Amino acid sequence: MLPTPGLPSFDYVIPSSASEVTKLLLKSNGDARLFMGGTDVFVRMRDGFFAPKILIDLKRLPGMTAITFTKRKGLTIGAGVDMNTLARHPAVIENYPLLVQAIDSVASYQLRTRATMGGNLTNASPAADTAPAALVLGANLVLHGRRGQRVVPIEKFFLGPGKTAIKPGEFLIRIEIPPPPKNAVGRYLKLGRNAHGDLAIVGVAVLGYPDKKAKSGFTFRIALASVAPTPIRAPNAEAILSVSPLTPDVIESAAIAAMETAKPIDDVRASAVYRKAMVRALTKRAVNQVSSLMFEVAS
Amino acid sequence: MSQHEITLTVNGSRERATVPANMTLLTMLREELVLTGTKNGCAAGECGACTVLFNGEPVDSCMVLAVEADGANIVTVEGLARDGKLDALQQKFIDLTGVQCGFCTPGMLISARALLDRRPHPSEDEIKDALRGNLCRCTGYARIVEAVKQVA
Repeated sequence: MLPTPGLPSFDYVIPSSASEVTKLLLKSNGDARLFMGGTDVFVRMRDGFFAPKILIDLKRLPGMTAITFTKRKGLTIGAGVDMNTLARHPAVIENYPLLVQAIDSVASYQLRTRATMGGNLTNASPAADTAPAALVLGANLVLHGRRGQRVVPIEKFFLGPGKTAIKPGEFLIRIEIPPPPKNAVGRYLKLGRNAHGDLAIVGVAVLGYPDKKAKSGFTFRIALASVAPTPIRAPNAEAILSVSPLTPDVIESAAIAAMETAKPIDDVRASAVYRKAMVRALTKRAVNQVSSLMFEVAS
Repeated sequence: MSQHEITLTVNGSRERATVPANMTLLTMLREELVLTGTKNGCAAGECGACTVLFNGEPVDSCMVLAVEADGANIVTVEGLARDGKLDALQQKFIDLTGVQCGFCTPGMLISARALLDRRPHPSEDEIKDALRGNLCRCTGYARIVEAVKQVA
């Protein structure tokens, strides 16, 4: 018979209110854990990384699986919304195709039936595929805690591998993404050990849009996964593209700047040197693709 | 550890069970309901051998708690045949030898069924993408993909 690695014992709790979740978290002294899709939590429990006494099913909290969109306010994503539901939402397909690309690169369809963007961000893996998209789209994370709700911009959310700005008693209730800039074009390029579904060796998200205030006529936002302790923006590369006309030389120097921003490590998936080279290659490719799509939209 | 009384529909029949909090849907299906068509491969959401339909959507049943299936409608490979007649996918897998050792087959069939339910005429790329979470260690992918293509 095949081994059946079991989950350790715990109490399963469906919370009735956000304040109950906060109370349970504070009372439990770290013995309570939250889960939504469980795709990360269950694996880590099986592998013995932690054994919580209480497992709180956060997606069952009212409002956690809601998606709303308005042209003026943008998109709100309940923390418990699964990735497939999110990627198939008509407003997401129309207004945030970059997010759909990022989600489609995660694991497999049947895993994404359970996996959530909320969990992907709060796990704070440097390789989180939805993080670069969230960074370039300017997402805000709404946390619930003892003193009610507070909003943390995604730029200030990631503190290190597995570490976030979430404080004791707090948890993510929803993700808010502002309306995309007019005529914005996005691209997420991911390199894994196989064509699809693997954890990223390097992930590059690029969002570009026509901008009269920029000297080049365009503003670019670039974010990188799996090449630093957290998902990061590449501000120097962005600056180069907003100042100078988008010639091949300028795009090359932006790609080099992105490479220099990356601070990868050697690990089981790839070496740091290789990762840096791939940041350069993928940034160049993504910026080229975004540029040509923007010119198509403009003409 | 908490125990939970759950009611769910499995392959069209109503089931009641009392399950411990840490029991997975996979374990419940195999060991409580003795539906052993669904396989335990990696137990980590990688291989897809345990794929079942959960309210019409495919999930890795090793990554779902049994208690979460309270009120859900589950379809396993045993539920694909209707009135003693195999699902078209099952028949095509047989006709084209899309089955070798057979361990991945139940998961492949469920993922393929779910794909055709949401997208009746997928491209070859879409078929491969939908089966990305189902690993076949006999590497019989070509015939599996061909079988799905012919049914679509």
